[in-house]
Amino acid sequence: MSKNFSLSPPDFKIDNIDDYSLKWLLKTMMRIREFEERIADLISDKKIITPCHLYTGQEAVATGVCHALRKDDYVFGTHRSHGHYIAKGGNLNAAMAEIFGRSTGCSKGRGGSMHLVAPEVGILGTSSIVAGSLPIAVGTALAESIRGSGRVTAVFHGDGVPEEGIWHESANLAALRKLPIIFVCENNLYCTHMALDKRRVHDNLHRIAGEHGLESVVVDGNNVLNVHYAARDAVKRVRGGIGPAFIECRTYRWRGHVGPNYDVDLGLRSQEELEAWKGRCPIRSFSGYLVSIGIVTVEDVEKMQWEVAREIDEAVSYSEGSPFPEVADLTRYVFKGGFS
Amino acid sequence: MTVKSYAKAINEAHEQLLASDQRVFVIGQGVESPWCVGTTTLGLVAKFGHERVIDTPISEAGVTGAAIGAAMAGMRPIVFHPRMDFMYLAMDQIINHCAHWHYMFGGKVSVPVTIRGIVNRGNEQAAQHSQSPFSMYVHVPGLKVVCPSSPYDAKGLLVAAVRDDNPVIYIDDRWLYGLEEDVPDEIYDVPLGKGRLCRKGSDITIVAVSYLVREALVAAEVLASEGISAEVIDPRTLKPLDIDIILDSVQKTGRLVIADPDWSCCGFSEHIARLVYTRFYNSLKKPIQFVTLPDSPVPASTPLEKEYFPSYLDIIAAAKKTR
Repeated sequence: MSKNFSLSPPDFKIDNIDDYSLKWLLKTMMRIREFEERIADLISDKKIITPCHLYTGQEAVATGVCHALRKDDYVFGTHRSHGHYIAKGGNLNAAMAEIFGRSTGCSKGRGGSMHLVAPEVGILGTSSIVAGSLPIAVGTALAESIRGSGRVTAVFHGDGVPEEGIWHESANLAALRKLPIIFVCENNLYCTHMALDKRRVHDNLHRIAGEHGLESVVVDGNNVLNVHYAARDAVKRVRGGIGPAFIECRTYRWRGHVGPNYDVDLGLRSQEELEAWKGRCPIRSFSGYLVSIGIVTVEDVEKMQWEVAREIDEAVSYSEGSPFPEVADLTRYVFKGGFS
Repeated sequence: MTVKSYAKAINEAHEQLLASDQRVFVIGQGVESPWCVGTTTLGLVAKFGHERVIDTPISEAGVTGAAIGAAMAGMRPIVFHPRMDFMYLAMDQIINHCAHWHYMFGGKVSVPVTIRGIVNRGNEQAAQHSQSPFSMYVHVPGLKVVCPSSPYDAKGLLVAAVRDDNPVIYIDDRWLYGLEEDVPDEIYDVPLGKGRLCRKGSDITIVAVSYLVREALVAAEVLASEGISAEVIDPRTLKPLDIDIILDSVQKTGRLVIADPDWSCCGFSEHIARLVYTRFYNSLKKPIQFVTLPDSPVPASTPLEKEYFPSYLDIIAAAKKTR
C-alpha cells in the first residue's frame, strides 16, 4: 500500500451546503452500498452470472461528484460503474435487470454489468477497456464546446489509467482546447491485482495531470463532502470555459477486483489493510457526523436504510420477473435502422 | 455539373456538408497541412474556422475517440487519418468502442461518425506508409465501409457516410486524386450498399475495388479487343455489400475475377468468393481468380514495389485463366 494514504477518519466540515443535499448524499451512498452488497449475495447464490466489479467502499466518489452535476451533464464510467449509474440517477430496476441479463435491462441484455447506460440522465455508456471512455468523454466535451450548450462531462476512471497512453492523449486534447470536462480519478490503490507501488515509481497521478494542463486537486475519496466540494469547484470552472479539471479521490474498494470475494484469500492484500479501510467507511463516518451535528437522527438513518433496502428488493423482483431477450433478436442493434 | 477531380470532389463534399449541417465538423492530423491530405481540406479552415475544422496533435486514438464521443453527443464528425497505416493506433476506439457501442447498449446510443482513412502509397514509402487494409474493418460487426473509385462516388459516398446514423469507414485513395469526371455542383448522396455496374459484358465478371476499378476498365478494353466481353462491377460499399449485383453478373457469365488491392488472407476478396461459391457452386465454369496484394508487407525499392501493386496486366492474366 502506498505510504501517502491517510488512515485517519474523514474530517467533515459544512461549507455552504443545505440539509437536503446532506441527506441526499447519505441516502445515495446507502443505496449504492445496498445495491452492491445485494449483488454480492446474488453472485454467491449463482443468480447473477455477468462479472461484477463492485463499488463497495468507494461510494463517496460517485455520490459527491454527481451531486455537483446537472441532470443533463454527461457521465462516462468504467467496468466498475454501478455506483456512477446510481448516483447520476439511473433507473435501479433497469440496472438490476441488465445485470440479470434480462430484456428489460438498460442495455436490453446486451451489455451486462460492465455496460450500463442511461441517456436520459446523461450516461452515454461505460467502457470496460481501461481508459477506453476517456477520449470519448473528451468528445462529448468537444461537442458541447462547439455547440456552446454549457453541458459538462465527468469521466470516472481508476488509478491504472495514467499507465495507458490514451489517458495522456485525452488529457492533452482537453487542456489544449479548454474543454468542459472533469477527470475523476478513483485511486483505490489497486489496478486489478497490482498495488500502486508495484506499478509506478511515484505516487503522483494528480501532478502528472497538472503537468498536462488540467486544474488538479487531491481529496480524501472517503469524505463525501470533500469530494463534493472539489467537484463543485471543478464544475464551476469547466462550465465557465476556463478549462478542464482533474480530481484524484483517494479511496479503497472493499471487495476484490471482480466478484464478491475480498482478494485477501488470494494473498493480494492483507486483512489488516482491509480492516483499516473498513474503519474509514464513507457511509458510517458520514452518517455519524450528520447525527452528531443534528441533521439526522439515528432513527432517520435506520429509516433510510430500510427504504433503500426496499428499493433493491423491488429491483431484484422486477429483474427476476423479467423475460430474457429473444434469441431471434440476437443481431438486433448491430446497426441503427437495420443493415442498409 | 462540372468536370472535377476526385480530390476536388472530396473537398466540395466537405465544404457542402459543413455549410449545410451545423452538426458536421472535421478533425484530424494535418487538416491545414498541404502534404497530409492532398488538397481535400483546402480552404475549409478559412471558411468555417478552427472551431469546426480542427487540426490535431499526433494522437490517433485520442482524436478518433473524441470524434466518436462527439457523435454520441449528436454531432456528425468527420475524423480523418492522412494515412490508413496510422489508423491502427485507433483500433481500440474504432472496434471496442465505436463499432460495438450501439449494440452493447441495446440501441440506446448511436455513433454517426465518419472515419476517413486515406490510402497513400507508391514512391518507395515502404511498409508503414503504403497500406490499404480495407478488410480489417469489413470484418467488424457494426462498421460500414466505403471505397469510392470515381470522383462522383467520392463526393456522394462522403455525403452518405456523414448522413448515415452508424459509423462509416470512408477510404479514399491518393492514386485517384487526379482522376476527373462530371460531378454535380449541388450536394447529393450515393446510397450506401449499392454497387455500380461500370461496364456491361457477357463473358466474364470482374469485381474491382478502389484503384483497381480503373485498372479493370483498362483490362476490359484490352480483353474486348481480343473478343472477350468483360463486365466490371464496383461494389463501392464493401459493407453492407450489394451482393445481388455480383451474383446476377456471375450467374450470367459463370466466370469471376476479384481485383482487390488488399491482402487476400481472410480478406474482402475471399469473402466475395465465399458468397459466390455458397450460392452458385454449379454455375461457375472455372475457379474464381484473385488479383490482390502479395502476402507480404509493402517493400520500398521501386522494382519490388512495382511488382507488389497489381495493374490491368494482372487482371487480364487472371481473366484468361477463367477461360
